[in-house]
Amino acid sequence: MPDTLTPESGVIAVPSAPPAETRAMRLRNFWSDYRQSWVAIAALIVIVALLVGSFGAPFLVPQDPYDLAKLDWMDAFLPPGTEGSGGYVHLLGTDNAGRDMLSAILYGLRTSFVIGLSAGALALVVGITVGLTAAYFGGRIEALLMRIVDLQLSMPAILLALVMVAMLGQGIPQIIFALVVAQYAYFARTTHGAASVERRKDYIEAARSTPLPTWRIMFKHLLPNVLPPLIVVATVQVASAISLEATLSFLGVGLPLTEPSLGSLISNGFKYIHAGRYWLSIYPGVFLMITVVAINLVGDQIRTVIDPRNSR
Amino acid sequence: MFGYLVGRLSQAVVVVFAMSVIVFVGVYAIGNPIDVMIDPGATAEIRENLIRQYGLDQPLWRQYFTFVGNVFQGDLGQSMVYNISVTSLVFSRLPATLELVLVSVTIAAVVGIPAGLYAGYRPNSIGAKLIMALSVLGFSVPTFWIGMLLIMAFAVELGWLPSGGRGEVAEFLWFKTSLATSNGWSHVIMPAINLSLFKMGLLIRLTRAGMVEAMGAEYVRFARAQGLPDRQIVFSHILRNISIPVITVFGLELGSTLAFAVVTETVFNWPGVGKLIIDSILQLDRPVMVSYLVMVVILFVLINLIVDLIYARLDPRVRLKGGS
Repeated sequence: MPDTLTPESGVIAVPSAPPAETRAMRLRNFWSDYRQSWVAIAALIVIVALLVGSFGAPFLVPQDPYDLAKLDWMDAFLPPGTEGSGGYVHLLGTDNAGRDMLSAILYGLRTSFVIGLSAGALALVVGITVGLTAAYFGGRIEALLMRIVDLQLSMPAILLALVMVAMLGQGIPQIIFALVVAQYAYFARTTHGAASVERRKDYIEAARSTPLPTWRIMFKHLLPNVLPPLIVVATVQVASAISLEATLSFLGVGLPLTEPSLGSLISNGFKYIHAGRYWLSIYPGVFLMITVVAINLVGDQIRTVIDPRNSR
Repeated sequence: MFGYLVGRLSQAVVVVFAMSVIVFVGVYAIGNPIDVMIDPGATAEIRENLIRQYGLDQPLWRQYFTFVGNVFQGDLGQSMVYNISVTSLVFSRLPATLELVLVSVTIAAVVGIPAGLYAGYRPNSIGAKLIMALSVLGFSVPTFWIGMLLIMAFAVELGWLPSGGRGEVAEFLWFKTSLATSNGWSHVIMPAINLSLFKMGLLIRLTRAGMVEAMGAEYVRFARAQGLPDRQIVFSHILRNISIPVITVFGLELGSTLAFAVVTETVFNWPGVGKLIIDSILQLDRPVMVSYLVMVVILFVLINLIVDLIYARLDPRVRLKGGS
């Protein structure tokens, strides 16, 4: 196309912080596109319900599953729907220590959410910083940083996380760190891709000609324009962090049963499946699956909505 | 091309060196393996001797150089738990992993490619939607959970298949494999299916995307205009055209199948290298950990190198940009 002013370049040249009104309008447009898919609506509702259920667990469930004083060995291995010594019905049964499974699952889900969300957020910050730095400065810095990122992306995340956990040991902070190391590269790649395109545009050149500090141009001018694709990556990576953590805990190198996540619950229940006590591992697994699939469905729909090829 | 080759090779060497240092230091920073190995009641003298025997009294950098020196002589050290050399330990476990990976890759290809072709050929049919939904599940549901469901269904409830372990092995050509016995097959089939699901999902998506694109291409319309039957267009024209990207990604993914085998082998108690690495992490068997990790790094760097070189061979622009 010749050097005419395309509508696209006109849109991009809007100042980096649009007035509140257009932002609200954009949000409304986004929402009306999003709700075209009832599957995506259902997935969103499921996620909200799971978040409320897990973070509100202390107020919702009959038992604090990790207060050892409240556990009764007489209640061990009660099948789902039996009334225990506490005088209430164990909807999903009890485990080998007499824990109410529903309570344990909601507490475990909370741990999984905390790990998934904080690992996702930290990986986002690290990835954005690496990707923006590479795209903004270019040259040797870019070559070095993106080479490391590419190398990491060629290795499966589960392997990197395994290596990190092997080095750092068990515990929530260690797991989060391992997940960030394993996942930041996805954000860095996406940021770098979008930012190298934006970097060449006139508004960045214009900003660079002013005495604004470099970090300000990077984070206030460049960053807002590369955010949309990152939202999709962030959604998918939170789901993948939750499932990676569950996998590590299942393998026995993640969280111990004293700090349970869904993975450690499943791992504990796995020991009893040959005895026909399916509820110890099936139910935490069902919650894990629903959580991961719902987050992925929401991510898919966001991708569809913000993809410029689909805009009307 | 030669300059590019040298540049990439030296980069690969630097990466392997850096990673081996990180892994070595990282692994040696955790715990004290001597405590795991010996009886807490052992005398201080036995302790001292053992520490000296494994060279743990030396400074870390000297331990590292001893390790590297030994690696170049083909010696990866002694396992602290099994008390045999790491090399023979890994090689004794490798056939089990390789046969598992081989069967699962075959399943993924045999099921995934036709399913993807169909989903691309009739993208709006119910069958295609079902196939795509299943591929999303294969991607997003954790491998270990599906493996557990398989065990519950086919081993515990139905009792059709054994729940884990490797079956009888028999001599086939010059090596022992469980694929030569029917008992072996009954053991391998469930873990192989479990391991294949992720790859199958990937193959379905790749083949479908290629198929959808090809269906609108000029050469397909031309073949249609000639009056060729659809069967012939799909299998001799389209399949040939989309096979190149499919094979490339498939080859690249072989390495990651090896990594996912860690999970599947643990679920099904399969005695391969994946189970070995998990056990060595849990038992703090440092020489096994370090050797396995360094081997994996070398494997992935090699795969990357080969891909880069093939691309450079195919696309002159890549090699002209140089080995930056």
